[in-house]
Amino acid sequence: MNDVQIKKSATPYDAIVVGSGAGGGMAGYVLANAGLKVLMLEAGPFFDPKKDSMQLRWPYESPRRGASTNTRNFGDFDGAFGGWELDGEPYTTKDKTEFYWFRSRMLGGRTNHWGRISLRMGPDDFKGHHIDGLTDDWPISYDDVKPFYDKVDRMIGIYGTVENLPNEPDGIYLPPPKPRLNELFIMKGAAKAGVKVIPGRGSVLTEALPNNKERGACFFCGQCSRSCKVYGDFSSSSALVIPAIKTGNLKVIPNAMVREVLTDKNGQATGVSYISKDDMQEYQVSAKIVVLGASAGETARLLLNSKSAAHPGGLANSSGVVGKYIHDSTGSSAGGWLPQLMDRKRYNEDGVGSIHIYGPWMNGNKKLPFPRGYHIEFGGGMGMPEYGFGWGIEDMNGSVPGRDGKPKDAGGFGASLKDDYRRFYGVGFGMAGRGTAIARADNYCEIDPTVVDKFGIPVLRFHYKWSDYEIQQAKHMQDTFQSIMHEMGAVYGPPEGKETNYGLEAPGRIIHEVGTVRMGDDPKTSALNKYCQAHDCNNLFVVDASPFVQQGDKNATWTILALSMRTAEYILSQRKKLNV
Amino acid sequence: MNRRDSLKALGLGTLSVAAFLESCKPNGEKLAEDTTLKPSGDEVGRLPNEIERDKKLMAAKFFDDHEMATITVLADIIIPKDERSGSASDAGVPAFIQFIVNDMPEHQTPMRGGLRWLDLQCLNRYGKSFVDVSSQQQIEMVTEIAYPKKAKPGMQPGVSFFNLMRNLTATGFYTSKIGIQDIGYMGNTVAKWTGVPADVLKQYGMENV
Repeated sequence: MNDVQIKKSATPYDAIVVGSGAGGGMAGYVLANAGLKVLMLEAGPFFDPKKDSMQLRWPYESPRRGASTNTRNFGDFDGAFGGWELDGEPYTTKDKTEFYWFRSRMLGGRTNHWGRISLRMGPDDFKGHHIDGLTDDWPISYDDVKPFYDKVDRMIGIYGTVENLPNEPDGIYLPPPKPRLNELFIMKGAAKAGVKVIPGRGSVLTEALPNNKERGACFFCGQCSRSCKVYGDFSSSSALVIPAIKTGNLKVIPNAMVREVLTDKNGQATGVSYISKDDMQEYQVSAKIVVLGASAGETARLLLNSKSAAHPGGLANSSGVVGKYIHDSTGSSAGGWLPQLMDRKRYNEDGVGSIHIYGPWMNGNKKLPFPRGYHIEFGGGMGMPEYGFGWGIEDMNGSVPGRDGKPKDAGGFGASLKDDYRRFYGVGFGMAGRGTAIARADNYCEIDPTVVDKFGIPVLRFHYKWSDYEIQQAKHMQDTFQSIMHEMGAVYGPPEGKETNYGLEAPGRIIHEVGTVRMGDDPKTSALNKYCQAHDCNNLFVVDASPFVQQGDKNATWTILALSMRTAEYILSQRKKLNV
Repeated sequence: MNRRDSLKALGLGTLSVAAFLESCKPNGEKLAEDTTLKPSGDEVGRLPNEIERDKKLMAAKFFDDHEMATITVLADIIIPKDERSGSASDAGVPAFIQFIVNDMPEHQTPMRGGLRWLDLQCLNRYGKSFVDVSSQQQIEMVTEIAYPKKAKPGMQPGVSFFNLMRNLTATGFYTSKIGIQDIGYMGNTVAKWTGVPADVLKQYGMENV
């Protein structure tokens, strides 16, 4: 390639949205429905769950029986084009710290395969400083966001129950799915162990969504992670972007990897440049407003790579905070099996592909060796066999008597072993804690000065360490899991110990990374104002999880949706006032 | 979208729903199935690099004929035919194992080395390789390595190998049509989940949980 040319589009758009996940999708939807001409750039291919989902495939339709691969880290039928590693698009880490970055390159981003667990952050999650003196407060409160959570609930659909619990705000709910049998055992055990368990909260249409003819109700296959052909759950592709395209106001360019946000000499955003993965040509498109929803990592990367005379430290970064305060949820898990459930009756127990039951954090800020808290996600039942089925029977079948009541030797083969697989089917269960990790300036991502991706774009370098707070929280999770499993009468192993940080997953592994372009009232300590508008550039907005000041234990997506809607409505009001 | 429209979106007219539900059920008629591995369903939803990779993997042969014969005998010892369902080889387990070691190379050395270890044990005991000794001797040999807690010292490599072989066989079998029907999995279909059936709730005393 000896003559690189840049193709400039003559069409100026009202707004360019970078990214098509929860944040980008919602912004594009609101703006397009308000009549703005919107261009959406997505770094991966177009994806429509109706046509492209692998829902209802049988395990034998995969030669590896649904096992994961390096292109499908969550199984061969999973609805994510992407993974922990992308070919030709590396990221690096610094000072021997660890960070894992899951990227989906596709329309809808990671919302095509996510767990649909949809939680509101509570008042103390937005303003937690008064409780323990840690972390900065958000510039907005729960009351500022509540109307948008309400609108998101009605527009997208969510199941759950009104519980009136502290710091666990209720929403506007469709009926939740009933618990599976294993989950009833969990509920009973948890009650004895003093752990609160309530119906799950998930964005799955357990009933038809009122006033929406485009999306079908859930038909209970339990495969939300593959994305849903009838649009029975929330994916940004199916619930936001594709409907927005139908307004005639939103154009999507897939396979467009944005390189830089372009600015004029006054520092105002004028558009973006991107490389098309289809023809490997360079393009520039212009707009009055630029909205970034590329993900907490990619948005920070894009801003830091958008240097100019007006923005020498990167766009929206005069404070120097861009990239800092990245934080992922903590995670630690346990599982076991219920001998009581051997030889159980068969019936279809697929349910929904999100959680049926949920353990909210109810310990407030008691005297514990860590701040804030965590919630617990539970599951178990007669799932579809896939790669890994039957694995480890030698650790199970020696611990209970055979059909004749006599002790059995572990392992074995033949007719008696075959009978054991049948006997043990559907006895398993699992539980996973997801907790608040404290946002800290010394956990950050930055541009690696020496490494570029295959498009020549400098890549992100992460520096992330857990503190003792997160480790102690994982220990508390393990202790709680042990007491629940004990009360359930389950068979289970010992807790994860100090040598594994109590099973604490490495940073990034929970895929809740947030906080890289945080909002705040003070331009010296934050990049965005309380409407997610850049302090340094008033026609630049961020709508993904980057603006989070401090994530609660609640999964980020519902808050991303609410904040993106709030920002998009702010953009509309500012346009009326001719401010942007 | 109503339920009928939903089914339409799944590619099913209202008339074909019954046929669809039928086709979702594992085939109960025959014990054997087509053991030729197919690409991952049709290619819808697959990225070009995945299609390419799977074609290569499916064409690759890691195990030679003797190894495959040994795997087949072992798989059928682990999961034999019985009154409810066919054997591991009826369900295509050997071909699955041939594929999976190409897909997951970490299984290659434990499998190849384990098979060779087994043959050497049989040569020393019976003067023949595993596939060539009598069925009774095969069972005798397998019994030595199939019970981890009872295995004699020196049998540990065989125990490790047999654990892996057992696990691969079970996974291959119970993810096949035959195996799914055998285990009684009833989902992966259009349904309405209304909770645990009343008789089951009663059986476990869970009516009021």
